[in-house]
Amino acid sequence: MDAILLQIVNGLDKGSAYAMIALGLTLIFGTLGVVNFAHGALFMVGAFCAVVMDRILRLSTVSVDPTRTDFLGNPLKVETPYVQTWFGDFGATLINYSVPLSILLAIPVMIVVGLAMERGLIKHFYKRPHADQILVTFGLAIVMQEIIKAIFGANPIPQPAPDALRGALDIGLWLGFEANQVIYPIWRFVYFIFAVVLIGGVILLLNYTTFGMVVRAGMADRETVGLLGIDIDKRFTAMFGLAAIVTGLAGVMYAPIVSPDYHMGMDFLVLCFVVVVVGGMGSIPGAVAAGFVLGILQSFSAMNEVKAIIPGIDQIIIYLVAVVILLTRPRGLMGRKGVME
Amino acid sequence: MTSTKTNDALLFVAVAIAALAAPLILAPFGAGYPDLMQRFAIYGIFAIGFNILFGLTGYLSFGHAAFLGVGSYSAVWMFKLLSMNIVPAIVLGVVISGLFALLIGFISLRRSGIYFSILTLAFAQMSYNLAYSVLTPITNGETGLQILLSDPRVLDGPSNGSLPVTMLFGLEMRDVFWNPTVFGYELQFSYGYYVCALIMLLSFYISMRIFRSPFGMMLRAVKTNQNRLSYTGINTRPYTLAAFVISGMYAGLAGALLASMDPLAGAERMQWTASGEVVLMVILGGAGTLLGPVLGAGFIKYFENILSKINSNTLDGWFAFMPQGMGDAAAWLVSPFVGSGWHLTLGVLFMMVVIFLPGGLMEGAQRIMNLVSGKSRKRAGEATASTPAE
Repeated sequence: MDAILLQIVNGLDKGSAYAMIALGLTLIFGTLGVVNFAHGALFMVGAFCAVVMDRILRLSTVSVDPTRTDFLGNPLKVETPYVQTWFGDFGATLINYSVPLSILLAIPVMIVVGLAMERGLIKHFYKRPHADQILVTFGLAIVMQEIIKAIFGANPIPQPAPDALRGALDIGLWLGFEANQVIYPIWRFVYFIFAVVLIGGVILLLNYTTFGMVVRAGMADRETVGLLGIDIDKRFTAMFGLAAIVTGLAGVMYAPIVSPDYHMGMDFLVLCFVVVVVGGMGSIPGAVAAGFVLGILQSFSAMNEVKAIIPGIDQIIIYLVAVVILLTRPRGLMGRKGVME
Repeated sequence: MTSTKTNDALLFVAVAIAALAAPLILAPFGAGYPDLMQRFAIYGIFAIGFNILFGLTGYLSFGHAAFLGVGSYSAVWMFKLLSMNIVPAIVLGVVISGLFALLIGFISLRRSGIYFSILTLAFAQMSYNLAYSVLTPITNGETGLQILLSDPRVLDGPSNGSLPVTMLFGLEMRDVFWNPTVFGYELQFSYGYYVCALIMLLSFYISMRIFRSPFGMMLRAVKTNQNRLSYTGINTRPYTLAAFVISGMYAGLAGALLASMDPLAGAERMQWTASGEVVLMVILGGAGTLLGPVLGAGFIKYFENILSKINSNTLDGWFAFMPQGMGDAAAWLVSPFVGSGWHLTLGVLFMMVVIFLPGGLMEGAQRIMNLVSGKSRKRAGEATASTPAE
């Protein structure tokens, strides 16, 4: 029982990332009808917001400390970050919490990037076939990836989680198991909670606000909503911004789990397309559910017992599920009938 | 007006002359060395094959690199087990990748549009991951498959001391057989390139015949409107499947040739970004045109090799004529686009082509021709407007 529980919680962090990226993808597909191959790049940009925030907080002055010397007897140069000189200990805490703080930076950045993408490029591709949309956004993904590579280099840049959120939690104890049965890194738990809150927020926004109602109506029938005198295009653009924020924040908080590097977007993109397809193109609950289910399935298939029966299953399980779903039920688990069939 | 038949013959003769005289033609551009010319020809084959599926039939596959990889692996296995002669390796590569394409195509072609793209992507990623991990006994995992001294090589017998090289009935592939100097350029004529070029010409001829055949017309009809075709009572599956298998065999041929020129096969060749590369080639050159894919492949491989060689010293040399500050500024502006950043150039170029020139380089050439000959731009657009694939 605890072994099963352990695999479930192990799959949660990957599942959360899949669910958030797939949510963004499916929002864009459901509203604008655009197949966005540059979506993984948004995830990557989010992760690099954490890197930038860390660098900003660590900007420092170099001064010579006469009281300390190196082994040759020369006075030592000390770097003092500005925030530390300004705020003292509070500044040190700020640096420590750079990853969660990056959310503040990531939101405006993702809005700008998302809106620029939609207004500057994707707007012109609404009427063109899906193949063209795939191609142009694929080109855009390459460009964004290469820009990041040119600025930050090709090596992964580790982003540690705050000290207080490192280490592991014994969540087995809470559920009545014995000690040390189910141990889980705290940050992954934080990531899961964060994902639940973010996804819940988006669903609440869509279901319980006028804005969300209009957008949902527009997803169902764009023309009729337009005939009611509502500027649906503006709201759809806003949805693109929202999707960019969701994906970007997924990237920011993922930075301590996997060090950001320039091709993480492409790595996640394929998996998340698969997730969206399994969940059903354009279906929001489908994307979220499929994200978590596939994340957990992946962690189950990585168990040694499973790998002993079918070697290599952990590498291909997601694609296998996608193939089976596409062939048997092309609209996906929760997709509407007739979407792109 | 000349008929299509004469036009095709002229085109083929032009391509043949260009391919056979490539060492002479490419030398002034710094591309006249066998390694690069071989790549032009091999990726040309790959792109020609992909064009039959994407340009002609309209199915956008994002997993064609898998067939390239399968072709490479089978070819290297043939070198290891049988002989260093490239003929059995190429035959096996084409056959195995054809069978593999039959299997994947049979399943993937149940869906069309974006679902087809994602199915092929999923299959290719599966093959890549399997080649990387579980199939290590066959693929040698992340190290890649290479020939060893201890390989059996039934026909060649044991090798004496040094690693054997690939050959065609005794002609060593990497051998430069003629090395003249013309107009101050040192030309290199190698067996390897000519083998690739002749096979490329053969592939080009076959693709030309497919384009003009009733089968090709049927593929075009599939691209234009598959629904209407099914309503008239035609079962399109055999046609699309045939197109898929043919293009998979082309990819396998390219992979086997890659392995024949340099007996190595690695899993990176199968990654989905590698499949993206052939899409870029076909789109850049012009999907659905005969010559486009070859041009696109040559273009991308040329710039991959030339742009990536430019470093800051070369740039300083270029801008040396400017005043100091301006030269530095220009070098700084250009530097992200060359060297290791040439992918950025590729991405930008590709986006430009998709946005402004959906017909690729071929459409660009057509527009320039029309401009020169004075045809109105609008009519030219109508004549070449390609229906994008769905």
